[in-house]
Amino acid sequence: MNFETVVGLEVHVELKTDSKIMSPSHAHFGAEPNMNIHVIDLAYPGVLPVMNELAVDFGMKAAMALNCEIAPITNFDRKHYFYPDNPKAYQISQDDRPIGANGWVEIEVDGKKKKIRIERVHLEEDAGKLTHTDEGHSLVDLNRQGVPLIEIVTEADVRSPEEAYAFLEKLKAIIQYTGVSDVRMEEGSLRCDANISIRPFGQEEFGTKTELKNLNSFNFVRRGIAYEVDRQVDVLLSGGTIEQQTRRYDEATGKTLLMRVKGPANDYRFIPEPDLTDIHIDEAWIERVRAEIPELPDARKERYINDLDLPAYDAMVLTLTKDMSDFFEATVTAGADAKLASNWLMGEVSAYLNAEAKELDATALTPEGLASMIKLITDGTISSKIAKKVFKELIDNGGDAADIVKEKGLVQISDEGTLRTIVTEILDANEQSIEDFKNGKERAVGFLVGQIMKATKGQANPPLVNKILLEEIAKR
Amino acid sequence: MTQLTIDEVKRHAGLARIAMTDAEAEMFAEQLEDMIGFSNKLQEVDTEQVATMTHPLPLYNVLRKDIPTDALDREEMLKSVKEHEDGQIKVPTIL
Amino acid sequence: MTLFKKTATELQSLLHNREVSVKELTAESLNRIEKMDGQVQAFLSTNEDQALSKAEELDKLPMDGRGPLFGLPIGLKDNIVTKGIVTTAASKMLEDFVPVYDATVVDKINEAGMVTIGKLNMDEFAMGSTTERSAFKTTHNPWNLEYVPGGSSGGSAAAVAAGEVAFALGSDTGGSVRQPAAFCGVVGMKPTYGRVSRSGLVAFASSLDQIGPITRNVEDNALLLSAIAGLDPKDSSTSPQAVPDFRAALTGDIKGLKIGVPAEYLGEGVSAEAKDAVMDALKVLESLGAEWEEVSLPHSKYASPVYYVISSSEASSNLARFDGIRYGYRAEGVQNLEELYAHSRSEAFGTEVKKRILFGMYALGAAHHEDLYVKSQKVRTLIAQDFANLFEKYDVIIGPSSATTAYKIGEKLEDPLTLYANDILTVPINLAGVPAISVPCGFSNGLPLGLQIIGKHYDEATLYKVAHAYEQATDFHTQTPVIWEGK
Repeated sequence: MNFETVVGLEVHVELKTDSKIMSPSHAHFGAEPNMNIHVIDLAYPGVLPVMNELAVDFGMKAAMALNCEIAPITNFDRKHYFYPDNPKAYQISQDDRPIGANGWVEIEVDGKKKKIRIERVHLEEDAGKLTHTDEGHSLVDLNRQGVPLIEIVTEADVRSPEEAYAFLEKLKAIIQYTGVSDVRMEEGSLRCDANISIRPFGQEEFGTKTELKNLNSFNFVRRGIAYEVDRQVDVLLSGGTIEQQTRRYDEATGKTLLMRVKGPANDYRFIPEPDLTDIHIDEAWIERVRAEIPELPDARKERYINDLDLPAYDAMVLTLTKDMSDFFEATVTAGADAKLASNWLMGEVSAYLNAEAKELDATALTPEGLASMIKLITDGTISSKIAKKVFKELIDNGGDAADIVKEKGLVQISDEGTLRTIVTEILDANEQSIEDFKNGKERAVGFLVGQIMKATKGQANPPLVNKILLEEIAKR
Repeated sequence: MTQLTIDEVKRHAGLARIAMTDAEAEMFAEQLEDMIGFSNKLQEVDTEQVATMTHPLPLYNVLRKDIPTDALDREEMLKSVKEHEDGQIKVPTIL
Repeated sequence: MTLFKKTATELQSLLHNREVSVKELTAESLNRIEKMDGQVQAFLSTNEDQALSKAEELDKLPMDGRGPLFGLPIGLKDNIVTKGIVTTAASKMLEDFVPVYDATVVDKINEAGMVTIGKLNMDEFAMGSTTERSAFKTTHNPWNLEYVPGGSSGGSAAAVAAGEVAFALGSDTGGSVRQPAAFCGVVGMKPTYGRVSRSGLVAFASSLDQIGPITRNVEDNALLLSAIAGLDPKDSSTSPQAVPDFRAALTGDIKGLKIGVPAEYLGEGVSAEAKDAVMDALKVLESLGAEWEEVSLPHSKYASPVYYVISSSEASSNLARFDGIRYGYRAEGVQNLEELYAHSRSEAFGTEVKKRILFGMYALGAAHHEDLYVKSQKVRTLIAQDFANLFEKYDVIIGPSSATTAYKIGEKLEDPLTLYANDILTVPINLAGVPAISVPCGFSNGLPLGLQIIGKHYDEATLYKVAHAYEQATDFHTQTPVIWEGK
């Protein structure tokens, strides 16, 4: 029997406000334990939450970028559960009136476009962090308690691990473009759970789903779903039934492991948060926030293809992150040829970033620097080979390509007289090669060009060398 | 409304994280029965067309600016904590 | 005449003429407590040294710029958090809890130059109406020590009635300021919900709780509310409405005032003495030019169940934070986290608190969420609507503050349903969020009775005006308990 994969994703994204959502503590990542705390975070008797306006703006912005409808009236609710990382024993979240609903994200897998529907986007507060020690007890750090989050819940529209991967990549790009989050999985500012089930093709009813946690990278999401689908298929084909479980992905083995069997649905005893007011969102507010949303990746991609004549693949890769896309645009604005700028960013620049495990903004390279180099290539001042040397200098130490070329004497030799003298000298010293060439050995030319480049430290203009070389051989 | 059993009382006590003996549960069962019976009177009110009242006053959009303030001093916070380690709050084994 | 009998205005003039110092006033209050509190048991703690040293500092300040409450001692219900001063909410759960911040009302009384003398007894977490539910002590009614002072702000009302302090703050979730004020023959105001910040009030039921002043006379009460009221950025439910100078409302002129008297407030279960006292009061008000007629609050009979469902539901939520981890009682000898939770909460919460938490859990659970919790919120709308309807026509609504005079200590402990039924006179006010004041209006068998005057949202000024006019036309507020003179 053939089975269809059915996946819904729940993604938590931390919003990068300066202060927390319900308290005025600092919200930044990486502080010493319990240094970013406020009496509100500790849930001391008598404290009251006060809503951060920017967190609401950010939630709206993200929801709009995901094509959601914005609720005209929204409110917060208490979701009750006891846990040491949850000091009030309730999380302030949104139950039946989320800030955004009914959105979608378009993905492309194997050249096919598809919309993944977003059921809801809601605002809530993050919990603190628990560390389990070897001695059996746990330690509570409340720095993260109250950091604003949005939870993005998709409909069960994802049909393969690849679609899940493409969705997350697109979601990450969109959120990053809006500037409301760093969306860094390694810092926990983007977290994903997957609800996975299978059903025979053609069946409308959903199968029993398992919830997969501990997915710490997009690759793990892809592999975890693939593994889980295989596991479920095996269970069904061997006559078993799928149990409602929460499972975790084990990075070492690539398997999913049982965490707990789910009992009857959790009863969170939601109540409207009496300590916070409702939020009324009018058109003016929506328009103010909408105006702050920059051009999103899909729109940029279209523009690169239509206005800059980039291949679709280049446009897709360049728009994956806002940093890269912004850098590309600035490079073009500084006068570089778009295709050359794309080639360099996707090629040498990306290779460098991967090798050095660096972000673009952590290098010395500037769009103006890259553009200055590309312009020198375009006008023939330097060869591609020389450009690689210039590039190394630009990305390590910064500066302007023309200055580097001048300083290091890397200017291309394009003067015919100078080159003809060098060619003549090389030919005089390599009579045998001329003979070989005339006897039909094409390779001999390559050897001669190599000798000329060596003599000029690579600075000879290659097309010109070829032309003069053939002319001079013909004379002999 | 249904009779409240000792088991049900203990289940609610469990959800509320309050340890309870059978004798206590029996006492609370009786008292809760009274309160539930007393509340049953509400079922006679027609609320078909009535909205819920969650806040006494119709305030909305009370929001603050995103401005961080000084942190609560960690040492000050730890004074109220019975067990702590390296600036963190210690809790016993989580099952 | 001794200092403790004087009003704020009289004391201010003595301070101004340097006939008395803040330190002397503070010492006088501490002496009264020393002398009376062995019998009354109103205070859970006093902070003598801090109070006296603060008084000395205040005495150094210039006369200019001193407000009407400058230098006057005040007692605080022990569910109002005070930085550096143990705040227990009369619960074993917080027996040793030292807050690291001050409630907004504490900031405000400090700005007014008042001196905090100590923390006052109450029912545990404000759940109760006799102050017998305190984990620490039972407070006695100064008018007759065998009787309860009412509750939950029983310590606050008893301390004022005993002349230990002239000013106290209480909190009122379903009548907890007004009923003890009535039982103790003093003035108690439950302001409009959102008038006074709840920041630093240990939450019982967040959509109902409100801090209110308890004093011996209406003018003092108006002064104290003016000092503590107002928008607070730390409490999103506080109102941006401007706070008037409530003392300016005390004109004595209530000609043409329209009063509604709900039949339900003078019906079954309300004692003859209480009814008579209200009828007498209405005559007094009529003689001052007011008009009254009987009206109806048809949903009143549902107010008690609505109140218990909503307040218990919110309480089960608010009290979930007491888990033995970050502060408060932590059970010993536990093996794991679940035991820590269950034992800490079982050992430190009293029976009444546990019962309310359990009822709240029941009402919020999936099985009864709709028929109890949501239903109550809908009926709450109808109860609030009843008031809104009457206030289209009437300036104030009047009834008794309590169905009877105070109970004997121990008398009602085993009779919770009668206690709950009595709440019909006070809880609808909290459900609707409107303000109400209780002023002394008579005695029965030597125990005081209270008149409850209920007003429109944010219209405390009219309540003070009416209460003041009535007070000036009667002499109930000038009478004092037998033990008052130290006998």
